[in-house]
Amino acid sequence: MFRIPCPHCGLRNVSEFRHVGEARTRPDPHTATPEQWRAYLYEQRNVAGWSVESWYHGSGCRQYIGVERHTVTNETRPIARAPESGHAAAGSASPDAGAPDADSAS
Amino acid sequence: MKRRGRPTTYSAGGLVSRGLTHREWPPAWRRHDLQATYDVVVIGAGVHGLATAYYLAANHGIRKVAVVDKGYVGGGGSGRNTAIVRSNYLTPEGVRFYDRSVKLYERLAADLNFNVMFSQRGHLTLAHNDGSLRTMRWRAEVNKLEGVDSQVISPDEIAELVPFMDVSADTRYPILGALYHPPGGTIRHDAVNWGYARAADALGVEIHQNTEVVGIDVEDGRVQGVRTTRGHVSAPVVVNCTAGWASLVSELAGVRLPISTHPLQAAVTEPVKVFLDTVVVSGTLHVYVSQTDRGELVFGASTDPYPSYSMRGSLEFTEELAGHVLELMPSIAKLRVLRQWAGLCDMTPDFSPIMGVTPVAGFLLDVGWGTYGFKAGPVAGEAMAELVATGRTPEIIAAFDLARFQDGRLVGEKGAAAVGH
Repeated sequence: MFRIPCPHCGLRNVSEFRHVGEARTRPDPHTATPEQWRAYLYEQRNVAGWSVESWYHGSGCRQYIGVERHTVTNETRPIARAPESGHAAAGSASPDAGAPDADSAS
Repeated sequence: MKRRGRPTTYSAGGLVSRGLTHREWPPAWRRHDLQATYDVVVIGAGVHGLATAYYLAANHGIRKVAVVDKGYVGGGGSGRNTAIVRSNYLTPEGVRFYDRSVKLYERLAADLNFNVMFSQRGHLTLAHNDGSLRTMRWRAEVNKLEGVDSQVISPDEIAELVPFMDVSADTRYPILGALYHPPGGTIRHDAVNWGYARAADALGVEIHQNTEVVGIDVEDGRVQGVRTTRGHVSAPVVVNCTAGWASLVSELAGVRLPISTHPLQAAVTEPVKVFLDTVVVSGTLHVYVSQTDRGELVFGASTDPYPSYSMRGSLEFTEELAGHVLELMPSIAKLRVLRQWAGLCDMTPDFSPIMGVTPVAGFLLDVGWGTYGFKAGPVAGEAMAELVATGRTPEIIAAFDLARFQDGRLVGEKGAAAVGH
């Protein structure tokens, strides 16, 4: 068991949360190529180390939050910025937003 | 003296003679210095990597092969799974593929001259609701079409096969039926690893333990070799047969995969008198149970609900597991859990593996095996060896290529791969 720092509720047990996914930037659906879109849908960085992730606090504030977690030790720490929404956590839209590691933190 | 290509024969006579004379057994495989060049480098000395190397040498005569591993033979997923073998999948591609594996397992002990303790004791997948009963019927029909023995059986028939199971209607999740798969069963996973390693070694394959790959050299879109903690090796073909670290190894060659790594925990109880003959799986209760020859009950569950490379066991897992197992078999409530462990599972979006070529020429994949990699070891090795030797993707693995994610051809094995071991 480890705990996740929720910006609204404080440090809470991981069992209250649902893991949503790695933080990634959604490409613009109007301009993205099929390759960019599928890379956004499927590809994972899957790092062994610090990873910026999106979690859903289902048994708490019911908000999508951004968290930084070490995937080997499961240590967590808050990230500086709150995520935008849903899957697209902690990223800023950039012209080449298809590259999922554009917003990597480690 | 042994002949090249045949491992030393184990026999009852040899056992008696060595027992009486206390002569040392020869090592099952040798140590080597790392050479500068190989025809093929296989990354990962688990069942997939060793089987690939063995079939390269045995079926295609390619013997200048190095199997490198950062740990020891069978120390990853190949030694951490619950050793269940079955072929009752949902898609025709899946059924054909895993059935070939069961067939290879059936004759593996004779092929390798190594007792792999394959016990085809029958495999039951329980249905607790109408939806899963319907999927079971679907699976049974697909299996029959592919010539695989599977049938849906009633709770009374389940009670005959598994006397300790609670098949009454007044439980939280009543059992409505089960998919019964007689050729399924369990195997000694370490013996499979050691048997392949020993047979591959006898054919001239070099197994390098404690040799971590730290880089993969790629020039002009073609793989040149690997850099390891013991030196540089050049090779025209590099096969990634890792589990757990598949994304990180592929990233070294610049290939990004649709994989997230989840831990999967398992546990065994203290040994008791043998009472459970079949393998019992419940997708609804997220649990599967079998009994070893020693009498321990082996339990597995679903993967942890978030990706991680941590192999620590957790109390939540044990608590949840115990609750689910007792739902099925209330009479084992006094049994104590002896130990628990975790292994890493590379989950793909469609619960199917990723096998074959990549955008980097010469860099091949046999990864993404999720929670079902061990049972596929022999067929995966056979198919990867054929791919390396002929340069053409064998039909049996064509559906599992990496390009399916770009082309939108996902395989959709979720109905039979999640939890159902």
